[in-house]
Amino acid sequence: MTTLNSKIPQGPLAEKWTTYKSTCKLVNPSNKRKIDIIVVGTGLAGASAAASLGELGYNVKVFCYQDSPRRAHSIAAQGGINAAKNYQNDGDSVYRLFYDTIKGGDYRAREANVYRLAEVSNGIIDQCVAQGVPFARDYGGLLDNRSFGGAQVSRTFYARGQTGQQLLLGAYSALSRQIKKGSVKLYNRRDMLDVVVVDGKARGIIVRNLVNGQIEKYFGHAVVLATGGYGNVYFLSTNAMGSNATPLWRAYKKGAFFSNPCFTQIHPTCIPVHGDFQSKLTLMSESLRNDGRIWVPKKLEDVAKLRKREIKPSDIAEEDRDYYLERRYPAFGNLVPRDVASRAAKERCDAGFGVSHSGLAVFLDFKESIERLGKNVIEERYGNLFQMYEQIINENPYETPMMIYPAVHYTMGGIWVDYDLMTTIPGLFAIGECNFSDHGANRLGASALMQGLADGYFVLPYTIGNYLSAEIHTKRIATDAPEFVQAEKDITEQLEKLKNIKGKQSVDSIHKKFGKLMWEYCGMSRTEESLKKGLSLVPEIKKEFWTDLFIPGEMNEYNPEIEKASRVADFIELGELIMKDALQRKESCGGHFREEMQTEDGEAKRDDENFAFVSAWEFKGEDKEPEMHKEQLTFEVAKPSQRSYK
Amino acid sequence: MDLTLKIWRQKNSSAKGKFETYKVNDVSPDSSFFEMLDTLNQQIIETGNDPVAFDHDCREGICGTCSLYINGRPHGPKRGITTCQLHMRSFKTGDTIVIEPWRAKPFPIVKDLLVDRSALDLIIQAGGYVSVNTGGIPDANSIPVQKQKADLAMDAASCIGCGACVAACANASAMLFVGAKVSQLALLPQGKVEAADRVEKMVAMMDMLGFGNCSNTYACEAECPKEVKVTNIARMNRWFIRSKVGAEKPEAATYD
Repeated sequence: MTTLNSKIPQGPLAEKWTTYKSTCKLVNPSNKRKIDIIVVGTGLAGASAAASLGELGYNVKVFCYQDSPRRAHSIAAQGGINAAKNYQNDGDSVYRLFYDTIKGGDYRAREANVYRLAEVSNGIIDQCVAQGVPFARDYGGLLDNRSFGGAQVSRTFYARGQTGQQLLLGAYSALSRQIKKGSVKLYNRRDMLDVVVVDGKARGIIVRNLVNGQIEKYFGHAVVLATGGYGNVYFLSTNAMGSNATPLWRAYKKGAFFSNPCFTQIHPTCIPVHGDFQSKLTLMSESLRNDGRIWVPKKLEDVAKLRKREIKPSDIAEEDRDYYLERRYPAFGNLVPRDVASRAAKERCDAGFGVSHSGLAVFLDFKESIERLGKNVIEERYGNLFQMYEQIINENPYETPMMIYPAVHYTMGGIWVDYDLMTTIPGLFAIGECNFSDHGANRLGASALMQGLADGYFVLPYTIGNYLSAEIHTKRIATDAPEFVQAEKDITEQLEKLKNIKGKQSVDSIHKKFGKLMWEYCGMSRTEESLKKGLSLVPEIKKEFWTDLFIPGEMNEYNPEIEKASRVADFIELGELIMKDALQRKESCGGHFREEMQTEDGEAKRDDENFAFVSAWEFKGEDKEPEMHKEQLTFEVAKPSQRSYK
Repeated sequence: MDLTLKIWRQKNSSAKGKFETYKVNDVSPDSSFFEMLDTLNQQIIETGNDPVAFDHDCREGICGTCSLYINGRPHGPKRGITTCQLHMRSFKTGDTIVIEPWRAKPFPIVKDLLVDRSALDLIIQAGGYVSVNTGGIPDANSIPVQKQKADLAMDAASCIGCGACVAACANASAMLFVGAKVSQLALLPQGKVEAADRVEKMVAMMDMLGFGNCSNTYACEAECPKEVKVTNIARMNRWFIRSKVGAEKPEAATYD
C-alpha cells in the first residue's frame, strides 16, 4: 500500500521554501538536454511550466486538445490575480495573503503549500509585466489594484475584465519563444487518454490525434498534468465545452490518488439558467461585487409583480430592498467569499425571493456606483462584462440591475500531490487547478491565476529537478516497449467499445441527465439523504450510457462525439466518487455544505476534531470500492477558528 | 422560430465540399447560435448521420476558437461579438442562414466548418514576445508606464486570434492580427527594446505563410469581434519602416 508522505520541509513556515530551494538537487545543463518532459495542457500552469522548463534546457513536449495553446480556458478568467505587493500601503504582506487563503479555504489546505504560494506571488507580477502584460495602471504610471472577496486589502492586479486572457497570452508568448527555439515541441488537437507507467514510474502518455483519430504514444522522463478542473461533471458550468477530467481520471486509475473530490466551487455571480437547450453558463466576474450591490425585494408581493413584469426593479423603493449580504455580513458586505455569497443567494431564493421567472436569480445593482463614480468609470472597469451580459440577456445593465445566480465554476479537489507537486505515481506531477493543494475547501477570487502561474513559473521548475536529478542515467524508452503497446491496445479497445454500443442516445443527452443528477443531489448543499439517493441512481445512468449510447461517424477522422463519449464515461465515474467523498465528510466546510452541519444562523460548521484531513482516494479496480486514505492537516501558524466575515 | 440552414459540408481537407440544406424548428430566440447548431446536430445524430463539425470552446467570446461566415460575414451580422455570443434573437422565423468556414489560403479546411489556423501561431512564434526568461526580473513598478499607452496596449492586446480579420479581407491579409501584437509590445517599455527586430520577423513570417497585403478597405476592423483598430496596422507600418532605416534598424546597434 502506498503511504502518503507530503514531504514538507522541516523548519519554520516562512523559511521552508527558501531552505528547499537552496538544498534541492539540481540537474546540470548537459544532462537537461538528455531529459524529456511531457506537459499536458497549455493553460496558465501548463504554458508557464512548459516555457520555463524549455528555458532551463529540458526537451519539452506540450499537448493541448485545442487548435492553439492560446485557447486554454484560463483565458476566460476575468477579474484578476492576487499578489502580496502591498503597493496600496493598506497593510498587505506575504503572511496576510497566506492567512486569507488558508482561512478562505476553511482550513482544509496544507499550510506549507499555501505559504509558498503567497511567497512567490510577487514574482509573478514582475514576470508578467516584463513579458508585456498590459495590467491596469493609474495616472502616475504605476500598477492599479482592486479588491476581491475574502480580503480586506486591495491586492488584485487586473487587465480590464480580461486578466486571464492577458496572463495566458503572456505565458503563451513565452511558450511560443521556446517553440521557435526548438526546446519545446507543440502537439495541438491531441486528447490525452492514458499515462504509461514503466517499472512504477510515469514514462509517457497515450493521446488521440483529434484530426485523424490516430492513437499516438509519447515518452517522457517525467509527465506533468496541467489539465484543469472537473466542473463539467455537472454538464452546466462556467468551464469551456472541452474542459474535461479524463487525464486526471486515467491517472487515478493508474495509481494516482484523488483528493477532496467533493470540494467544488459554486460561483455566486453567473448568468442564470434560461432554458433546456442551454450548453454552458457564463460567469460575471467577482470583481463586479466591488461596485455592485446584491439584493432581493423584502416583500413577496414585489417578487410576484417582478416575475410577472408588472413592475421594474427600479420601481422598488430603497426601504423595500433587502441587501442581504450587507445585512448578514456587515464587515465584508458584498465582498464575502464565494461559498458564503452563493449559499446566501440560495437561501433567499429558496425562501421565495428569487427575482427571475424561474425564481432562481438575485439582483446585482450598479445604480449607486454609477451615480457615485459616473458611467464612464464603471464602463472602464467592467465594460466588456456589461457587454457580455447584454448579449446574453438582452437587457442593459447600466439601466437595470443584472440578474445573477450561483453556478459550478472551479474544483478545489484534484490529484493528490506532495510538496514537490508530485502525485503518488513517481514521475507524474500535477499543477494548477488539477491538483488539490492550495485552496482547501474554497478558493478565493483571483487566486486561481496566482496558483497556476506560481506552480508553472516558480515551483515546478525547482521540484521537478529534484526528481529528475536521479533520472539522468535513464535512457529514453522506445514507444514500442511492452507497456506502451499495452496501454495503446487498452485505449483502442475502450474507444471501440464505446463506438460499438450502437444505441439511440447522443452523448450530450446522457451527460445532461447526469449533470442534473449531480446538481440536484450533490450541488450547493448536500445531505446524507441526497447523497445516498444520488449514489443509488448512478448504476442506472451508467447502464444507460453503456447500452444506449450512439456515436455517429468513423473512428479515424475528426469525430467530436467520440471525444465527448470518452470524457463523459469518466465524468460519470468521477461524479460517483465526488458523492462518496461528500458522504464521508460529515461536516460543512467551504464549498462543501452539509445541511445537517450548520450553526444556528446558517453558517457552515466545521468539525476540526474529526475532519481536519485531506481525503485521498485510491483506485482498487473496476467495480471495486475505492479506498480512502487520510493526510492529517496540522496548523502550526494559522490556528483554525470559526470563519467569520461578520 | 423555424429556420432553413445552408451549411458547408466537407469530409476532410482533401475531399470536395458542398452546401447541404437543413431545417430546424422551434428554436428559442434566447438560445445562442451554437445552441441552435447543437439542436441541429442532435437531430442529425438521431437520424444516425454525421453531425456538423465546427470549432467552439469557451462559448463566452474570449478563447477565439469559434469562427464561421454567417450570411457572408465573419462572426455573423452583429458588430463587436464572436459567433458564440450571437443569439438567435438577431434572426427571425422563416430566415435562411448560410454558414461557411473561414475561407483563406493559409487556413486550410479540416472538416466541414473547421479550419486550421496554426499559421497564426507560427507568426507569434516568429517574434510575438518579449525575450525574457522566467525569474531575475526587476520589480513590476520599477518602470512607470504612461496610462494612455498602457490603455492603447490593452486595446491591441484584446485580440483573440480568431482570424476574422483574415477571413474578412479580400487579400486574406493578417495585418490587423500582426499589427495588434506589434503595437501592444512596442507601446510598452518592456517590449519596445525589440520592437524593430520583432516587426521584421513577424512580417516576414506572415508573407512566407501566404497572407496577402493590406489595401486599406478596413474590413478587418469592421469584422473584428474585439474591435481592434486599424491604427495598429499604421503603427506596425511605422515600426517596419524604422526597422529598415536609421537608428532603430537592428544592425544599427552594432555601430554604436
